[in-house]
Amino acid sequence: MRVVYLDNNATTRVADEVREEMLPYLGELYGNPSSMHTFGGQVHRKIETAREQVAALINAEPEEIIFTSCGTESDNTAIMSCLASSPQKRHIVTTRVEHPAVLNFCRTMSRKGYRVTFLPVDRLGRLDLDELQSAITDDTAVVSIMYANNESGVIFPISEIAGIVKAKGVFFHTDAVQAAGKIPVDVKKIPVDMMSLSGHKIHAAKGVGALYVRRGTRFSPYIIGGHQERGRRAGTENVASIAGFGRACELAREHLPVESARIRGMRDRLERGLHETCPGARTNGDPENRLPNTLNISFEYVEGEAILLRLNEFNICASSGSACTSGSLEPSHVLRAMGVPFTAIHGSVRFSLSRYTTDEDIDLVLEKMPGIIRELRELSPYGREAGQAGAHSP
Amino acid sequence: MWEYTGKVRELFLHPRNAGEIENPDAVGEVGSIVCGDALKLTLRIDRKTDRIIDARFRTFGCASAIASSSALTELIKGRTVDEALRITNKDIADYLGGLPREKMHCSVMGMEALRAAVANYRGEKQPEAEKGNIVCECFGVTDEKIRRVIRENNLQTAEDVTNFTKAGGGCGSCIPEIEKILREIRGERVAVKPEAPRRKLTNIQKIAMIQEVMEKEIRPLLQADGGDVELVDVEGNKVTVSLRGMCAECLMADVTVKNIEKKLKELVSEELSVEAA
Repeated sequence: MRVVYLDNNATTRVADEVREEMLPYLGELYGNPSSMHTFGGQVHRKIETAREQVAALINAEPEEIIFTSCGTESDNTAIMSCLASSPQKRHIVTTRVEHPAVLNFCRTMSRKGYRVTFLPVDRLGRLDLDELQSAITDDTAVVSIMYANNESGVIFPISEIAGIVKAKGVFFHTDAVQAAGKIPVDVKKIPVDMMSLSGHKIHAAKGVGALYVRRGTRFSPYIIGGHQERGRRAGTENVASIAGFGRACELAREHLPVESARIRGMRDRLERGLHETCPGARTNGDPENRLPNTLNISFEYVEGEAILLRLNEFNICASSGSACTSGSLEPSHVLRAMGVPFTAIHGSVRFSLSRYTTDEDIDLVLEKMPGIIRELRELSPYGREAGQAGAHSP
Repeated sequence: MWEYTGKVRELFLHPRNAGEIENPDAVGEVGSIVCGDALKLTLRIDRKTDRIIDARFRTFGCASAIASSSALTELIKGRTVDEALRITNKDIADYLGGLPREKMHCSVMGMEALRAAVANYRGEKQPEAEKGNIVCECFGVTDEKIRRVIRENNLQTAEDVTNFTKAGGGCGSCIPEIEKILREIRGERVAVKPEAPRRKLTNIQKIAMIQEVMEKEIRPLLQADGGDVELVDVEGNKVTVSLRGMCAECLMADVTVKNIEKKLKELVSEELSVEAA
């Protein structure tokens, strides 16, 4: 049966063109890019091409790109480097809705004597920039705020945020893992010091990421060893994945202008359709500033894992912020930070589209979802309240 | 992705005995929508023979919660109330061909709903599970429930206690207490730190210590969950605090204040009491 993959914020299909680009480096071109011989040298040149391709996606210079093993490594490296570059400062500012790569890293640092401010968000998942302004003190070493949220899809006004932070002379890092490739990202227009990227969110393979470090920014490496990446990230390069990542960035840049509108259209149709056919549905996240591919929607009085497993019966892949799917028994920290009521938080489902999503995919979800929600509600002791919730919602 | 057995899948996709009995002889309701799963069990019982003629469930929860509820109803139908009470969460899990360890709490919920329903049938006040002192404030789990589930399932680790009761699965701050209960049950002597004789504190010292404990021990925990607390005043031994952020709206605010008091009593002075402003 055909797989309807609507979980692209989790990971994406490796593009055929990307796989083609990778294969030689998993076969005959196995040389070490650091070697002196031509056999290794040609591999080195491929990495430099990929660096140019990644840089182009965010309008950076190639030498501002460091390849890493994943978005998480990029995030950890960035914050650690900023802390190391201002050793006398002991304060970090971030948000309550960051990816665990930033959130848990900051929590760990708070146990090591750093003070961390976790900025709240409002009910639409938006930051209060005045609050950011006043959170930054003379003791602040780094501000790390994501570009776009992986769960809600909410896009933060990163240019304004960067402006506020840089005006105070503090390091600014942004996790752009979910933004890059989905919306235009231009580091020439945003005064950001560091930016994290990930390959597998934009149709490259897993196990490769990048960190943008603006030219002239003090940098201190996280992984220590050989001289790879000009001494900024040791370890023999994941050549095949890097080659593929480069191609994936090139493809993303090519497709962005057309595909983002098409994807948005499908997402909006999905959203409208679900609201029309499923009583007690509510969208989570700022509808005005949201990634074009992401829909986070709650079905009140139904539990998310149950929805996902029913969808799974039709080979429809999505994800949920419910406690049962989080692995920690607690529902999504992002939805909790947004104050999504408990009646809705456990029944949240995230659909995330990609350029491989088709109208038929959306049709199938719209066909199956009303029945799934109705049946699960009939099973639920709160079913009657759900009916009322439906009656009251627009 | 959870590894569910075929039986779990079957009962999740095609649950048996779903629904509600009108004018039932017994009702058992456990869990809450806040915690992510809830079960309402209704029974038809022949009062002359004490036999359960029919059982129906309504469940809000994941696949294993729905399957466990359905399994429970299958297991108890046709039995007398006393026979049904002998069914344990293990029987429910076995009926399903096993549950993932992390989902065992679903089978425990089934058993509790049954006990609650029987208590309701017999006109007893509250089932055993709800007595005791709250250990896990995230999920409202009492020490008595934790002890009972440890004994009934021969649990050895705090992780298992979380798998079976959810206790400790939220903020994790009660895990040391769960480990203490585990040690007690295993009959090991809990090492008690010899109480250092406490000097009488001056007011200034006391306030400084309260401030330090609030900053280092209490606020980081609450902040991690989007809440916060502010020290408003210290008058003699009465500490007034004000809950902020998520804590202020939280259903468990009273428990949070109690826990702050517990921490301050432990680390500053036994005589302190804490009130919310």
